[in-house]
Amino acid sequence: MPRAFTPKVVTANHLLEGDVIYLKADNSWTRELAEAELITDEADAQLRLLEAESQKDVTVGAYLADAKAGENGPEPTHFREEFRRTGPSNYRHGKQEAEANV
Amino acid sequence: MYKYNDFDHAFLAERNRQFRAQVERRIDGQLTEDEFKPLRLMNGLYLQLHAYMLRVAIPYGTLNADQMRTLALLAEKWDKGYGHFTTRQNIQYNWPKLQDVPDMLDALAKVNMHAIQTSGNTIRNVTADHFAGAAADEIEDPRPIAELIRQWTTDHPEFQFMGRKFKIAVSASAADRAVLKAHDLAVRIVKNDDDVIGYQVLVGGGLGRTPMIGKVLNDFVAQDDLLPYIESVVSVWNQIGRRDNKYKARIKITVHEHGIDEIRRLTDERFALVRPTFGGADKALFEDIKAHFASPDFRTGTTEAFDAAYEADPVFRAWADTNLAEHRAEGHAIATISIKKHGATPGDATAEQMREMASIAEDLAYGELRISHEQNVILPHVHKNDLPAIHARLKAADLATANIGLISDIIACPGMDYCALATARSIQVAETIATRFDELKLEHDIGHLQIKISGCINACGHHHVGHIGILGLDRAGVENYQITLGGDATETAEIGTRTGPGFAYDEIVPAIERIVHAYLEIRAHSEETFLETYRRVGMEPFKAALYPPAEAKVA
Repeated sequence: MPRAFTPKVVTANHLLEGDVIYLKADNSWTRELAEAELITDEADAQLRLLEAESQKDVTVGAYLADAKAGENGPEPTHFREEFRRTGPSNYRHGKQEAEANV
Repeated sequence: MYKYNDFDHAFLAERNRQFRAQVERRIDGQLTEDEFKPLRLMNGLYLQLHAYMLRVAIPYGTLNADQMRTLALLAEKWDKGYGHFTTRQNIQYNWPKLQDVPDMLDALAKVNMHAIQTSGNTIRNVTADHFAGAAADEIEDPRPIAELIRQWTTDHPEFQFMGRKFKIAVSASAADRAVLKAHDLAVRIVKNDDDVIGYQVLVGGGLGRTPMIGKVLNDFVAQDDLLPYIESVVSVWNQIGRRDNKYKARIKITVHEHGIDEIRRLTDERFALVRPTFGGADKALFEDIKAHFASPDFRTGTTEAFDAAYEADPVFRAWADTNLAEHRAEGHAIATISIKKHGATPGDATAEQMREMASIAEDLAYGELRISHEQNVILPHVHKNDLPAIHARLKAADLATANIGLISDIIACPGMDYCALATARSIQVAETIATRFDELKLEHDIGHLQIKISGCINACGHHHVGHIGILGLDRAGVENYQITLGGDATETAEIGTRTGPGFAYDEIVPAIERIVHAYLEIRAHSEETFLETYRRVGMEPFKAALYPPAEAKVA
């Protein structure tokens, strides 16, 4: 029996910076997972992934990542996605560095 | 060390020009990612978890001061102020932007460096004994052979699209400091009974998913035959190696499936065809290369400044006791600079530290530096009288950690903090172990103990050959760490044995502590190393310490 569909976000790396980006509902990209579109329908997820993959000048390696609804938007369900949305844990580099500079 | 000639400069400039154009075509959309990816990989550019990663080759681990300064420049100008030295004598930059990479490669080219074939299914950066040219126990400097192999492999048309990558290491001592037996092919410089220098060739070693210890393919290859012989080996594997399954594509599987005798027969057959095609140009080139590696003019004189500091300064003495190795020239030593400060990321050096190491090398160490597969930096030639001054400068640069070969001198891959392939963190585990044993003040009492940590099954952190190996896995969405004991990365190489069930992230450091306390209790005397104790008593006492009865039920 196929596994039940779990909610997803579309994520990729940015072509130029290489950093982690997420697809928003309006087809634009954000660096914040919380601003991503949380996709709850399986057929819709495949279409959204195709949309992301078609933006070849922005994205590299788009895929569907598991996520769950949180208070402030989508949250990761696996620690790999937690690292991707935050940055490395040995230095405050990556996205956490950008936050520190705000 | 080797200096580029006009051909080398022109080759590298052309290669960089091509890659710059490829990057431009990728950015303006003429190339898709599928088309671009193999091109960027051939030039050392990966896409990792958070950013691109540029892997720069440090051929056979040798650097001069200007090259080290250029590595610092790259870190500062195009990255976040640091670089990560790897287990294959490369340096990795974790944060370059795609459009900056061509400029980084041009900067490297100015000091005869590149990132060619640091990735992809090609023959990778050739590694060597990091004490090459300095070690008291070596037959001759193995780096000319390594340079010859580097030139022969670079852009070799037959070996650009192989079934999988191919790694070569070179050494010239009975003591193996280059993990020869974990390489696809290894060359060990030897002397035969008539005192003639030749090469022992080993094949089929490798770590990763299916760890294997390399086997001797040929005990003595004559000097003039080395390149055609290696070409024959790679060629045989390139023909019969499996391409149906990338996990079975490395030569270790080919050797395992066909047997070493059959590989030897096929190599000999191939060699008969290949040998005549080498017209002697390789021999002339080798003679030319050898001249580049002339030994420095070692100075003479007493070592009284060293002896006085060794007597008077306990901090210097502790550093000298752990971080120095025997040099072949009288009054000299090989000094290892630890890039393993307790609690810091193994192998990471800042731009300032790289510059200071370059200056120290230039001022006090004949201008030479080496990078070890153990992720440390080496000053291969130092007159002992200069060591107190070097130590003082290292202290000021936060580089004077006295822990070479000790429990905190840990090899760790980047793991889940950076690597797209990782299944668990390794840097944090290394940092926590080092900090913990520093707090316990047990490090020097424990003595020689190598911990090696990989954040996935691919084993960049060499966990199989660590005295204690740690492998981080993803078990049902949670980090889980398996422990192996009894691995050995030297001439008596062995793959470690798994202790049993793995440990959660917050259990792994206490587990290592239990192993170490068990060792301290059961060792025969304070000079018996961890590995010796393990070989004497076997797994059981460690298992008993690791899995107390109450926990064994749960496991």
